[in-house]
Formats: sequence, C-alpha cells, structure tokens
Amino acid sequence: MPDQPEPLESYEEGRAIAPTGAGGASDLATAEGETLEQSPSAASGGRAPGGPLGTGTDKKPRSLWSDAWRDLRRNPIFIISSLVILFLVVISIWPQLIASGDPLDCDLSKAQEGSQPGHPFGFNGQGCDVYTRTVYGARTSVTVGVLATLGVAVLGSILGGLAGFFGGAWDGVLSRITDVFFAIPVVLGGLVLLSVVTSSTVWPVIGFMVLLGWPQLSRIARGSVITAKQNDYVQAARALGASNSRMMLRHITPNAIAPVIVVATIALGTYIALEATLSYLGVGLKPPTVSWGIDISSASQYIRNAPHMLLWPAGALAITVLAFIMLGDAVRDALDPKLR
Amino acid sequence: MGRYVIRRLLQMIPVFFGATLLIFLMVNVMGDPIAGLCGDRQCDPATAAQLEKEFGLDKPVWQQYLTYMGNVFTGDFGTAFNGQPVTELMASAFPVTIRLTIVAIFFEIVIGITLGVVTGLKRGRPVDTSVLLLTLVVLSVPTFVTGLLVQLLLGVKWGWIKPAVSPEATFSELIVPGLVLASVSLAYVTRLTRTSIAENKRADYVRTAVAKGLPRRRVISRHLLRNSLIPVVTFIGADVGALMGGAIVTERIFNIHGVGYQLYQGIVRQNTQTVVGFVTILVLVFLLANLLVDLLYAVLDPRIRYA
Repeated sequence: MPDQPEPLESYEEGRAIAPTGAGGASDLATAEGETLEQSPSAASGGRAPGGPLGTGTDKKPRSLWSDAWRDLRRNPIFIISSLVILFLVVISIWPQLIASGDPLDCDLSKAQEGSQPGHPFGFNGQGCDVYTRTVYGARTSVTVGVLATLGVAVLGSILGGLAGFFGGAWDGVLSRITDVFFAIPVVLGGLVLLSVVTSSTVWPVIGFMVLLGWPQLSRIARGSVITAKQNDYVQAARALGASNSRMMLRHITPNAIAPVIVVATIALGTYIALEATLSYLGVGLKPPTVSWGIDISSASQYIRNAPHMLLWPAGALAITVLAFIMLGDAVRDALDPKLR
Repeated sequence: MGRYVIRRLLQMIPVFFGATLLIFLMVNVMGDPIAGLCGDRQCDPATAAQLEKEFGLDKPVWQQYLTYMGNVFTGDFGTAFNGQPVTELMASAFPVTIRLTIVAIFFEIVIGITLGVVTGLKRGRPVDTSVLLLTLVVLSVPTFVTGLLVQLLLGVKWGWIKPAVSPEATFSELIVPGLVLASVSLAYVTRLTRTSIAENKRADYVRTAVAKGLPRRRVISRHLLRNSLIPVVTFIGADVGALMGGAIVTERIFNIHGVGYQLYQGIVRQNTQTVVGFVTILVLVFLLANLLVDLLYAVLDPRIRYA
C-alpha cells in the first residue's frame, strides 16, 4: 500500500507485533525479527564492497552470512544452544541410545514412586518410568516443532514474499486475511479447531499450527521483501531487464530471508510450548503418543503428592524452548549490523 | 482525526466478519453442533433431524451465518448448554476476566517497564544480564507450568494464597493469577523496553537534553521514556485482547469463572452458541484495543498526524 498516508503505515508497523495470543512468546519472535528487517540490505550493501577481507582460504568478499558465521562461532550462547538442540535431535531419532526401557511399559504397583536405582526420575501416576518417557517425549516435541515451523516458514514466506514483491490488490487482500487470523487468539483457535478432530496422530496439531501461524511469518516476509525491493541493486537489475523470477530469486530472497530465519527459529520453540499447552488442555496430542505436554497434563492432578512427575518433563520442555529462543537470539545478534 | 477513525472503523468491518466467519465455520462445519445437546449419548436420527430443523441447521451454512449475525446485532447470542442465555453467561464472566486482565496489564506496565528502563540504562552490567536471563527463563516455561508451580508453592506448600479463586473473584484474589497470566508478556515488555531505551539512549535529543543541564530524572522520564515507549504501548494495547483470550489456561488452573472457563465449558460440551458468541466479543475487544493503540500514537509521538 505505497499510496497510503503516514498514519496507516505506522499502523501496519505497529500491527506487525500484534500478539498472537500464544502467550506472548511467539510475539517475541515477531518483533525480534522486525529489528532485522532493515538490516540485511544495509549489511550486504555496506560490506560487499569492503573488498577481500575474507578469512583464510576463500578469497571471496565477506558476505553477510560468512560474517554472521564468524560471529556465531565465537558466541558461547550459540554454541551451548546448538549443542542442546543437536542432543535433542539425536535422542529424538535414537532415543534408545540413552534410555533402554519402553515408555509404554508401566507397572501400576510402582505408581507415583520417587527416584530409585535404575529409575532416576521416579515413576508417574500409571507407574511408567518418567526418565524413559521424558527421553521418548523429545521425539514428538521436536517433530511437531520442526514440521510446523517448516510449514509455516514455506507457506508464510512464499505468500508474504509475493505480496510484498507484487503489491497491489493481492497485497491488500493478503493483509486483510492476515488481520483476520491475527484477531483470533491462538490457544482459542486451537481449542475450537482441535476439539472436533478425533485423530490421535501429530498431523492435526501440525496442520493447525501452520494454519494459524503462517500470517505471522508472511507479515515478516512481506515487510522484509518490501525493504529489499527498494535497494539500488534491485532497481539496477530491473533496468538491465531481469525477469521477475530472477530478481526475486537472485537479488531479493538472499537479502530478505534473514528475518524469516530468525523468527522461524524462535517460533519453533514457541510451537513446542504451544503443543504442550494444547495437550494440557486436552485437545492436542492424545495417548498413547508419548509427549511432554501429555505427561505434564496427567501429572498436574498428582502435583501435591508427586511433583517429580511434573518437574522432569516440564524441565525438559523449558530447556528445549529456551535453546531455540537463545539460538534465534544469537542468530539475530549476528545478523544485525546495528549491534556490531 | 475524525476521518482517520472512520476509515479505521471501516477497515475493521471485513476483519471482524472474516474472523467470526472463520470461527463459525470451524465450529459448525467441522464439529457437530447437535452432538452436545444429547449429552454423552448419540442422538437418535429423528431427534437429530428435529433439532436440526429447530435450529435451522438444515439450511446452507452462509444462511446460518447470516441469521446468527443478525441475531447477534439484536443482542441475541442464543442459549448455552444448560438453557441459560449466553448473554447472561457473558454478564457474569466478562467482569471477572476484565478484572484479571487489568491486574495483568498493571503488572506488565509497572514491573515490565521499570525493569526495562533499569536494564536498558545499564546495558551490559550484571543487573542487565541477570534480568535478561530471568526473562528468558520466564519466556521458555509455558504459562501452564508456571501456573501449576505457583499454585503448588504459594497455595499449597506455603499457604500464602488460596489455591482456588472464589466465584466473586475480587482483585486481591486475582493478584497471583494475574501475575501468572502476565508473566510471559511481562518478560517481553521488559525486553522490548530495554532494547528501545538502549537504542534511544544514544540519540541526539538525549545528548541535547543532558547538555542543557536537565536533571537526569527529567531526561529519562520526559525525553528518553516518552520516545522509547511507542513500541511498548503497541504491544501492551494489542496484548489486551490476547490476554483475555489466553486466560483459558490461567483460569483453568486457578478455577476462575471467567471468559476462559465459559469458553472451555462451551467447547467441551460442544455448545456452538457459547463458543461463537464469546469469540465474537473477544475479536471485537481485540480490534478496538488495536484502534485505541493507534490513536495513542499521536499522544506519544506528535510527529504523527491523522489526516
């Protein structure tokens, strides 16, 4: 909407961090990305002519990405959070590496018992081993988080990017559609939508997150593409007769994708938390799926007698979410030239 | 100003109808609005057909939506599963949730902005680092875990508060639930204020104010804070709607009979009229809160003029 007067623009900017109702954390993601929207172009524009400052073997001029990578390698927060995430991915693929038991193997006579040799985290209300279930729960959470983020990122950045690039009527329609989705609180939408689904697989949950999550990323992608589009090199490419697809793929995408990556990383953590919240409300995943949300939900009834049943899966959940938020934070700091 | 407000109100109309239609479709097309009326048993076909005719569910969906919206604008939100009019439920639920939201917003403003200003002014110092770490921890623990733990520690173990809130839900009872509800947004307001203050601290107008010899307190409150609060106000205003909708979890933990509780009951008992009615109002609140925020911009930033 380039022809709109000043106040409306500030309105759009303001609304870009409108809460999604997920409880604020996913709003964090949105605004963390916002500070980046100006940066990639500025960074690559300012750095690329900086000449052959490249480190070591490659003689190419340093790009935004190699610069960011140099920063990241020295950032302890990045190293710690990536190690945590790597560990989570490994145990979600091969949980038997560190847990020998079966998460569905339960013995009622041991229900609610505390820690004992061989069962460091104790037993839950059904007498299942909390340690094994916590380890196996990582798989569900990581699957939901990764797939939902991929879906949201692909759908959101394509729709938002196209709207930002072409502008016009399609942009107006898309902006109104995102407004509609923003007006529905996420937890509420999840309750309404998922309460009618009977499937017990992870797919309805992922589908719901993609459905209500894409407007957030499309808004980021749109803003970022509009900023990148105005750069001189894009005008130059247009003047040289480059096609739309070439301009989009070669010139705009590499310079507009940084905020999307940052927001998506932070959003990944919040999707994991959202899955647990929905499972707690009884509409997310359902047993026999092993998930932290389900375990926390069932443990909440016994919290007075056996808090350990709740604390271990909740701790695992918090560490996972924290790792993704910190990773996104570190990447943003590395990509943001203002903070250099 | 007047024209701007009118244009914004006009822009709200499609969003309002879009959002309510979306919820209406989710509930009525994907769910089964009749199922809840027969209790836990399956409705027999004759009763189901009779009920469908009675509620007009045999008509096309768009017609149902129009009828529903027509009723809403005349103040008829239908009846809940127990025969109570939905408007009555709203009259009892909304005051409670509004009180809860006020408490939450209060904490966001007072604690969030104070912490944000302190950390923003002392960027890189130990205070800053520890508060920043604390906000990260708060952000990463989901609200329902925070709520359960707070309830266990303060309510059950130490006995500082009553673990469940009475139906009256007075302000004093809502302090702890309000804090839990606000926790995530509070951490976010802190980070937002901090970034904003830290950025503006180096601005020319702050240097000018200091050079003029203004007292530090006045520089911070009049020059720095006013300019740094714009993004924070946006967030808090938009958060009003989100807090009211997001209170489902908090209200469930502390047994507060507010909007979230009624909505949850409506969803569990598959009562479409309760769900759609409450969501309609929530969407309206959200849109109005956003409008208010945009108008507040002009107060905070005189450069913005509404034509």
